[in-house]
Amino acid sequence: MNALLAATPVPRDLPLPLPVPEWLLVFCLVVFFLVHILFVNLMVGGSVLVVVLEWLGLKNKRWDALAHEIAQTITVNKSLAVVMGIGPLLCINLLYTMQWYSANALTGHAWLLIVPLVITAFLLTYLHKYTWDSWTTGGRKTLHQLTGIAAALLFLFIPLIFLANVNLMLIPSEWEKVKGFFSALSIGNVLPRYLHFMAASLAMTGLFLAGWLGRQGSDFSHLDGFTRPELRRFFYTICARVTLAQFVLGPLLLFTLPSAGITTQVYVIIFSGASLGLLTLWVLFGELKRPDATIGSRYWLIVLLFSLVVLGMGSGRHVYREAALAAHKTQIKERTERYYTALAEFNKAHAAMPQVAEQSPEQLFMNCAACHAPNVKLVGPPLTEIAQIYAGNPDGIVAWAKAPGKKRPELPQMPPMIHLGEANLRKIAELMLIKGAAAAAK
Amino acid sequence: MDFPSFYMDHLAGGRLIIGLIASLHVLINHPLAVGAYPLLTWMEWWAHKNNRPDIDRLAYRITFIVFIVTTTVGALTGVGIWLSTSLFAPFAIGSLLRVFFWGWFAEWLVFISEVVLIMWWFLTWKKADTPEKKKKHIRIGVALSIMSWLTMALIVAVLGFMMKPGVWNQTRAFIDAMTNPLYAPQLGFRTFFALMTAAVFIWFTAFFFTKKSSSGDDRPWRLRRWIVYRMSHVVLISMLGVFLFGTWYWNCVPETMKANSSVALLTQEFMSWHGQFQSLLGWTVATFVVIALGGLSDIFTVPRWALLIPSVMGIWMLGHFERAREFMRKPWVIGEYMYSNGVHKDELAYLQSEGILKHATYVKHREVTEANKLECGQDVFMLACSRCHSTTGLNSVLDKFTAMYGADKPWDSVGMTLFIKGMHQTRTFMPPFPGNDREAEALVAYIQQLRAKPQTLHGAQTEGISFSPLPKGPAMTAETQPQR
Ligand code: HEC
Ligand code: HEC
Repeated sequence: MNALLAATPVPRDLPLPLPVPEWLLVFCLVVFFLVHILFVNLMVGGSVLVVVLEWLGLKNKRWDALAHEIAQTITVNKSLAVVMGIGPLLCINLLYTMQWYSANALTGHAWLLIVPLVITAFLLTYLHKYTWDSWTTGGRKTLHQLTGIAAALLFLFIPLIFLANVNLMLIPSEWEKVKGFFSALSIGNVLPRYLHFMAASLAMTGLFLAGWLGRQGSDFSHLDGFTRPELRRFFYTICARVTLAQFVLGPLLLFTLPSAGITTQVYVIIFSGASLGLLTLWVLFGELKRPDATIGSRYWLIVLLFSLVVLGMGSGRHVYREAALAAHKTQIKERTERYYTALAEFNKAHAAMPQVAEQSPEQLFMNCAACHAPNVKLVGPPLTEIAQIYAGNPDGIVAWAKAPGKKRPELPQMPPMIHLGEANLRKIAELMLIKGAAAAAK
Repeated sequence: MDFPSFYMDHLAGGRLIIGLIASLHVLINHPLAVGAYPLLTWMEWWAHKNNRPDIDRLAYRITFIVFIVTTTVGALTGVGIWLSTSLFAPFAIGSLLRVFFWGWFAEWLVFISEVVLIMWWFLTWKKADTPEKKKKHIRIGVALSIMSWLTMALIVAVLGFMMKPGVWNQTRAFIDAMTNPLYAPQLGFRTFFALMTAAVFIWFTAFFFTKKSSSGDDRPWRLRRWIVYRMSHVVLISMLGVFLFGTWYWNCVPETMKANSSVALLTQEFMSWHGQFQSLLGWTVATFVVIALGGLSDIFTVPRWALLIPSVMGIWMLGHFERAREFMRKPWVIGEYMYSNGVHKDELAYLQSEGILKHATYVKHREVTEANKLECGQDVFMLACSRCHSTTGLNSVLDKFTAMYGADKPWDSVGMTLFIKGMHQTRTFMPPFPGNDREAEALVAYIQQLRAKPQTLHGAQTEGISFSPLPKGPAMTAETQPQR
């Protein structure tokens, strides 16, 4: 344990209290994050489905029409995904200031790339959506498909950047090994996280589309190749099969987590969530067996069950994070307190020291010494030269230093020194003349 | 700063990227969101009232462009400011977040409603086919215009607050931001600036949608005439606002600067900024007037490219405007509380006496010795200078010292050390050096070595981190420090 901790950087925290109670922040983080990730799921899953269905549409036009309908939802979901992401970002910044920003910096290039990558992906989705009816044949259709594929590939890549950060922030003991974004991928369990997330994206998109396209009032004028029950069944099936796969991917994620945060509590929460997930799956498969007339009647029950499962997983994730970082957080707190106690003591002693009412001319002259040396030209002319120009005229020096002019073309501009005050400048000027004369006499 | 240092040598440490993203955001947000929404809503309303489907269609087409740009580049550059400052100045953004949490939270809520409203407005435009539905639709546009303006009003408050030193230290109340003497002129200036540039933008894009048809149909031409005439009015009126608020702002800035700073910050650079701002304001306003009058006159003379001139001047002017904030802020990131390099005002004396390396985290050594001098100097550079200077890239220390000591002679190390220790006195926009004498010497040694052998310095995003462990217990002396 100690050997491990020795390699863990323990920074000092910012000396400001949290603006709201911690429990409130935790609550906001868990809830806002789930809302955010839901829209991200729909955006990512939707764009993958669109690519596949458009490709199927080459053989049978009805898939093309379905893909087009889904493409309309992506552009809305993507905007919500972005705007709903800001809240959880605020919360995580506050709760895990030291770990989160550090992970960002260690993967800095990729972190910055989020901005242009997401912009490109969004522009491509718009292009894909708004050229659907005009790029319809031959090479143009291929170009259209390529646009969709490019957008989907970007959407498949961008989550990796976030996952790398979420993963890295949990393992400060490994930070020293990280040299750039790609090396951060090999630490912890980024890949299982990624698979779990991608599967969730497909499942959630299936569930969403079963409800959205299958809803009573939905407009079927562009979807004449399908019936409503058919669509419901199709998207339910996607949701059910992928969710089944989560029973492999989920444990894979759980058992590859770094052990530091695994507690009984985490297991209890996650396994309760998983059993609820089994129940959900059972209801879902039951729904699939229904005849056309009643398929979809359990939709809201399934949504509710899924929400509970997701909430459970989200809480489990938070409990794990807290446990994984507990030691690091305590160390940071101790170090911060130690530092600020020492600082307060120092400042108290400092304030108690008799204040030097006035600075001596020698001290004041330090403000000029960086540029004016006795004999040599540093930045400005040497003191000998100044003493020559201003012999017997210290006020001239004061006037100059308050608002320096531009005399010597080969030298830079001298900065104004007016903030030192007239009285101080006068002392400096007198000393300057003495020093200059002395240097010249040598 | 106690975070791994993200740093890009060739881009002034990385500061340039924040600047780039932020400028792009403002350039999109002002004309295309804050300014354009109300004007487009007004066009929709006018078309509805006077039964002019051609104007409605034109408004819709321009809204399409606005929609695409604001929901992609506009929204993401907004988030990008956040992401890039998290990298470059986590100490600042982290502290600001703890202090101004509610401001940002409110900003987020307003931003959500703005995004929902723009999607709702644009995506339901074609579906509003009855007068009742149309009226409702126009109301969405009004709500959107209000929300986008509120977003700007809030963020200007947050920014103004950050610059206002002293006050929040005592009161820590958000309302103080609104009482900042620069708040009202700044908000007024931005509002009218947004309207003025939005009018020019709508005017410009309308040209693409009102092309003359070959069949001698003069309706597109009449539509173009209509829009140019109306937008010229908007330009003229908002230009008056820009001029008035700009002048008010220009008059307030020196007062605020004097009042805000313990030292007179009125440096030559600022004076020249101040002079330039005035003439730039004059010239920008003049070009907008000429264009607007051209639009008003019956002889149809203003060509499309001519509209680019005031737009470019507007951009330039806005950039200049934003620079004032930079001036007033330096050397602080949070007025009178934290310097640009993350050092707190009240820990300065402590660090100067104890040394900055001793209390840092991501450094190789904690005590300067003859052997590790260069490595220490590099760490000191990273901690104390790298948020404003690069080593060999833009705004590099090498260039700065070359300007002082010349390119062809050796630099005087003693002079450099003296300069660094007094740099806040010589150059009031720089923070005081936050380390002890040996660290200043190490820094100078590093810079001298850099001069002899210029080498790019890499940040934590490529090099990773290295750190020397902290000695156990409160007493940290060189003897008890374990060697790694
Ligand atoms: C950053 C470097 C720098 C600092 C610090 C500095 N000076 Fe100078 N000084 C210059 C330069 C450069 C010139 C030459 C300017 C010129 O000739 O255009 C100069 C010129 C002068 C002159 C000669 C003016 C003349 O008439 O030729 C005087 C006197 C002077 N400085 C006084 C001071 C005093 C007093 C201080 C400290 C309070 C000071 N300087 C600090 C750079 C500096
Ligand atoms: C708050 C940001 C900031 C920090 C931190 C900072 N500087 Fe500067 N520095 C500036 C600015 C701004 C200038 C003026 C740039 C110009 O004139 O183009 C400057 C100028 C300089 C100059 C030229 C001075 C002159 O008289 O021309 C030197 C040398 C310099 N800095 C060194 C340093 C060193 C060494 C450090 C770290 C110990 C440092 N600076 C930290 C902002 C900063």
